[in-house]
Amino acid sequence: MKQRPLVLRRIVMAALAVALVAALAFVALRTGPLAPIRVTVTSVQEGKLSPALFGIGTVEARRSWMVGPTVAGRVLNVRIDVGDTVKAGQLLAEMDPVDLDQRLAALDAALARASSTQAAAQAQVADATARRELAALNAKRNQDLAAQNFISPGALESRLQEKASADAALQAAHANLSGTAQDITRQKAERAALQQQRGNVRLLAPADGVVTSRDAEAGSTVVAGQPVLRLIDPASLWVRLRVDQGRSARLAPGLKARIVLRSQPQAPLQGHVARVELLADAVTEERIAQIAFAPAPTGAPAVAASVGELAEVELQLPETASALLLPNASIQRLQGQTGVWRLSDGKPAFSPVRLGTSSLDGRVQVLEGLKAGDSVVVYSQKALTEGARVQVVDALVKGAADGKAGSSKTGSTP
Amino acid sequence: MISLAGRDIAHSWGKFVLTGMGLGLLIGVTLTMAGVYRGMVDDAHALLNNSGADLWVVQKDTQGPYAESSSIKDDVVRSVRGMPGVAQAANVTYFTMQVQGADGDDTRAMVVGIESGQSGEPGYLVAGRQITRGHYEAVADVKTGFALGERIRIRRHDYTVVGLTQRMVSSGGDPMVFIALKDAQEAQFLKDNDAIQNDRTRTAANPAFNRPGVPGLLDAVQSLQTSSHSVNAVLVQLAPGFGAEQVAEPIRRWKHLQVFTRAGMEEILVAKLIATSAKQIGMFLVILAIVSAAIVAFIIYTMTLGKIREIAVLKLIGTHNITIASMILQQALGLGLIGFIVGKVAATIWAPVFPKFVLLLTQDAFTGLLVTLVICALASTLAIRTALKVDPAAAIG
Repeated sequence: MKQRPLVLRRIVMAALAVALVAALAFVALRTGPLAPIRVTVTSVQEGKLSPALFGIGTVEARRSWMVGPTVAGRVLNVRIDVGDTVKAGQLLAEMDPVDLDQRLAALDAALARASSTQAAAQAQVADATARRELAALNAKRNQDLAAQNFISPGALESRLQEKASADAALQAAHANLSGTAQDITRQKAERAALQQQRGNVRLLAPADGVVTSRDAEAGSTVVAGQPVLRLIDPASLWVRLRVDQGRSARLAPGLKARIVLRSQPQAPLQGHVARVELLADAVTEERIAQIAFAPAPTGAPAVAASVGELAEVELQLPETASALLLPNASIQRLQGQTGVWRLSDGKPAFSPVRLGTSSLDGRVQVLEGLKAGDSVVVYSQKALTEGARVQVVDALVKGAADGKAGSSKTGSTP
Repeated sequence: MISLAGRDIAHSWGKFVLTGMGLGLLIGVTLTMAGVYRGMVDDAHALLNNSGADLWVVQKDTQGPYAESSSIKDDVVRSVRGMPGVAQAANVTYFTMQVQGADGDDTRAMVVGIESGQSGEPGYLVAGRQITRGHYEAVADVKTGFALGERIRIRRHDYTVVGLTQRMVSSGGDPMVFIALKDAQEAQFLKDNDAIQNDRTRTAANPAFNRPGVPGLLDAVQSLQTSSHSVNAVLVQLAPGFGAEQVAEPIRRWKHLQVFTRAGMEEILVAKLIATSAKQIGMFLVILAIVSAAIVAFIIYTMTLGKIREIAVLKLIGTHNITIASMILQQALGLGLIGFIVGKVAATIWAPVFPKFVLLLTQDAFTGLLVTLVICALASTLAIRTALKVDPAAAIG
């Protein structure tokens, strides 16, 4: 009767021992170097990509003006404030004319005096003409008398000399007259110039626009070229886009653009590439393009963007030809080679590949190195090595079985 | 021949198993402590492996970018690319900071600025995809707790988590968040709005920069203050056939930059950066091992003392000393074996729960097994001595 519990005990102990050893074996196989690396795989499939370019930029005005004086001076008044809409030719501000008005008055007086001088010159011409006529008559009469020998040749010569003098005096009077006329022209031109300068202190709007900044107030002194007011044309807003040079190969005018303004992340706007600048930024290694907003539908308000606002732009490139596609998470770099881990007979083997274009949702074209239907490792728990033991699972992280994060849009909010 | 040890264990197996399990938990703690130490060292190695670099080019006379701060201009990479033996060179920034998740909770993370498609990029993912947009996308380590598609906030910008990775940690064990280099440069050097406003006002108040005769000077100076073209390091991959030192030396000499090879970086990270904390853990491990050994010895000794009367009986009926000794030794080794298995299983089960990485090496486990058995054998000699000195008369006396 004593044997039975002993046997039972032995069985229980054996079971315990087996359980312990099993636990050890399980632990050894689940962790450490003997454990398989869990991976997920995908099969290489043909498909088309709709690649896109992504970049950020700032909203700028295509047409903007800095309105300021052409000479240094003091601001007399500013008649307009930031946000006001102005028409072309509207008076925006005035500079202090200082002595311009007085100089104009002085010139007016000088001009009047020149007219008087001209009248005097005309009178001199009339006087000289009368003297010349008298001298000519005297000379004629003395010539007749000399021909009949009534007077001496000396008396005739004296009369002839009088006539020549009267001729010269008339010429001098004429010259004097035209001189006064030229003087008047000069004075008039000087007055017109001064009038121009007087007009120039009035700062006028060069075009229709909106005032964006008021940089000087009445009484402040500004140098030539320093702006008093800045205007922009609100209808000419566009985005100055910066695209990484490495991805800018197909950046071209006319590409359709999707613009997300930082102020309106939920309401993307449409647009297109208006210009691609020839000069790229050498320091930031970016290409610069201008993205024009699509015209707002009739009746709708114009683009409510502020100048300087951050914008994210996605440019749609034409769909590519059909090619083999892979998720970019499967692309690895091993000893300077780009490739993927291909599963052959359940063992990973590194296959170098040549890649084509890629899309923003993380798919990339494979041009060489794989064929359709190949099994390729996408995600792995740790870095793989040639021929490592792997265990294929559906997903490595819970709730990420589809692995499609690319469809979600990026954006930023202030 | 019947097994005396087996019979004795079978006689009081409950006590034996419970003792073994208690011992096992103690061994488990010791193994875990060893794992914590290994984990610290492995974190440092993981950091180096993940960068995928053969050489680290950093600011002259610094030990950056991990152990010290290092700042170089981001166009240095071009001149490094031109050096012989350099296959690839990529800019990288490292910055440990608080990253805010969608729920508003802060997570401490190391933000890494990478150039997509270059070294420095996470080598493998566990979900999602690599960064494709040049801005405002992030790949985060699973340890951060961020999910795919989650919007996280770094400084003033929101980033979308597009990929998850694993075991991408800094040398301090902080999980990494990878973002595009340009975003990282901005995040690293960007001040808050108040500070920027203050700086602008301060500059505008400086007559040297705000000169009435030079319109535009103030704007130029202010835009200069807010832009950043610095990175922390350049990661270099060697071309085939070149030795690390052979490539590093000309860069050190002619480019006036500090260059670390893989060995040098390991030296900095393991021997300098985590040296003190590793020693701390190591010290604790040694004490724990000594305490465990003492407890094992005491348990076996008291177990033998508890059986002193039975042993006297055995001696009385003429059992050989060697038989008694082997019984005690077998029991001690059995106890050690059970303890080790329980400890190993327990350590494996609770290791992933630790906030920092705990690395249980097979080689450590074998060392542990060996040490456990040796301690058990040593402890049993004490018990055997006592057992052999027992007077057979004690059985009846």
